[in-house]
Amino acid sequence: MDSTIIASAAINGLLLGGIYTLVACGLTLIYGVLHIINFAHGSMLMLAMFGVYYLLTLLGIDPYLSMFIMVPAMYVLGYLLYKGLIGRLSSGKDENILLVTLGLSILIENLALMFFKGDSRTILVSYSDRMIELGPTLVPLPKLISFVVAMVLCALLGLFMQRTDTGRAIRAVAKERVGARLVGIDVDRIFAISYGIGLATLGAAASLMMPIFYVSPTVGHVFALVAFTVVVLGGMGSFLGAIVGGLIIGLTESFGGLYLGESLGQIGISLIFILILLFRPSGLFGARQ
Amino acid sequence: MNTHRPLSRRLILQAGAASAVLGAPGLLLAQPAPVKVGLVHPVSGGLAYSGGQSRMGAMMAIDEINAAGGIKSMGGAKLQGLLGDSQSRPEIGVSEVERMQQEGVSAYLGCFASGIALPATQAAAKYNTPFLIDVGASDLIVNRGLKNVFRLKPGFGKCVDDAIVALGEINKGANSVAKTAVLVHEESEFGTGTAKLLAGKLPSVGIEVLETIKHANPTRDFSNVALRIKGLKPDIVIMSNYQNEYVLLARTLMQQKVDVAAMFSVLGGGFNFKLVKEQPDVAQYMMDFNHWYNPKNAKAAAMRKQVESKGGLFTFEVYLSYNAIMLYADALQRAGTADKEKAIAALASSTWFPEIMPYGPTRFVNGQNEGGRGALLQASKTDIDVVWPGEFASAKPTFPRPKMS
Repeated sequence: MDSTIIASAAINGLLLGGIYTLVACGLTLIYGVLHIINFAHGSMLMLAMFGVYYLLTLLGIDPYLSMFIMVPAMYVLGYLLYKGLIGRLSSGKDENILLVTLGLSILIENLALMFFKGDSRTILVSYSDRMIELGPTLVPLPKLISFVVAMVLCALLGLFMQRTDTGRAIRAVAKERVGARLVGIDVDRIFAISYGIGLATLGAAASLMMPIFYVSPTVGHVFALVAFTVVVLGGMGSFLGAIVGGLIIGLTESFGGLYLGESLGQIGISLIFILILLFRPSGLFGARQ
Repeated sequence: MNTHRPLSRRLILQAGAASAVLGAPGLLLAQPAPVKVGLVHPVSGGLAYSGGQSRMGAMMAIDEINAAGGIKSMGGAKLQGLLGDSQSRPEIGVSEVERMQQEGVSAYLGCFASGIALPATQAAAKYNTPFLIDVGASDLIVNRGLKNVFRLKPGFGKCVDDAIVALGEINKGANSVAKTAVLVHEESEFGTGTAKLLAGKLPSVGIEVLETIKHANPTRDFSNVALRIKGLKPDIVIMSNYQNEYVLLARTLMQQKVDVAAMFSVLGGGFNFKLVKEQPDVAQYMMDFNHWYNPKNAKAAAMRKQVESKGGLFTFEVYLSYNAIMLYADALQRAGTADKEKAIAALASSTWFPEIMPYGPTRFVNGQNEGGRGALLQASKTDIDVVWPGEFASAKPTFPRPKMS
């Protein structure tokens, strides 16, 4: 096969992986701390994307600038959801949280269907179709921006977890809940903060994705399964894992499409999911149990 | 003297007869029972938008018929739409058919997707209940010998035939500039079936198929597909996909500057007013062979205005569902009853004229209306025009499209 096409597929795969990374970052954080898979992740992403859509169409706020509204808004939503609903209904049991988030996702999706209708929407901004020559291929500017910003945000999130007191407290709770409580950490508050940060990353992801993708009440499904695969591949709770996992999945999808066709090519993602569960259940960078 | 008469059988019968006579005016004034029509549409799940549009069209027709006094030959019987949701899943579509049967449905309308229509019509066939297909392109729907299934609109076999004729004519008019094509289609029955028919028939108008590319639903990125197409350098790209992938693919082809004489589709899922409104640069010059209303018909124009005044879009789902209900109402009027067997016979012998469509009178052969046809459409930055057939055309085709800068 032509080397130009292979190089282009690699670039496309990496750029796609950047988006997957950002969606998976919040999921891995929530798993790392709460030890549950947040089934509402896809529907929250959808909600954030509608937020970006309406900020542009109703108030004329550029999708990238809307990040400064969507990130805090999603954080507050996540914090309040945990404090007011998830935490209360879970009664301290992880499996309850799982069911609550599942119920929440069904509720949000159907409410979205009721209010926004089943229609898909796209946005048009001045730079939507601006192309940048990147090696052998033309890359849409919004895709390049989303990749760069996604990587920067992931690095910032990693730094936050390493260098700040809240980050340390989150890591302490993730590792040893009882111990963290004994040294005076408000574990419930940390749970709520973690859930809030997990959703805040979706606010950023939504702002970066809207100039590229469409939004509909079911758009969460398009990314949720991929995000789960990224988290399993990278290791549940690992940020580095989310970055590497996201890029690997992006490349797998791109090359799978190239060599096996766009229909069969997506089999690669499922294959990785199964192989990782079979041979390295803790993922590439996950802590071994 | 004792005047008391004991209750005899005769007295009871007399009293019964008297009360029946006294009550008769009330009975005579009572409304005939409504005719229940089950609307089996995907109003949630991935196809929710189209399902909602179909439901809107069906309810517009039901409201219009009821407002005009119902079915005259049935004493003004009203139509009642039973609202169903297949959730975009075939098995739920079947369970909705079963549920509505319990509720005494006289006919069904559905199902937008062929994959849902196939098992749903099969389920309705068990009860010999008429099933009107509003949208559902696969010809398998009407080719299985089910006597209860009727499709007013043409299936993809006929659409592909007509699209090939239309493409052949406009290509000939442009000195046969298009000689090669790449087909891109989604992987389900709709896309695969359409692409297979196209690949078989394009050579008949002098167009060679260079490659057929199949993609999954959903596909998140079409960059590689665009690169492959660019490498193949076809004269036209022909797409058959549902809305989301249609828009993503068209956008990616434009971004990657895939310069072709036409981006053409048959029953393109995303070719509609919304594409024109949201992505005018992408939409401009795109061509689609699809179901469309007659732009020269006053009633169609009024319906479009009515839908748009409520913030909706006058998409093909709306008027195809509307027409299917009107067709059923015409059959009921002629049959004078909602009896399933008689309604099926009336539908089979229908010669109804759907005035808002570019159709002739209906003529059903094995449940498929042979009098229907699609139209070749082309988008501008602000609207969609019919460019073929000539008698319904509102504009001339721009073919080949101008080179991308």
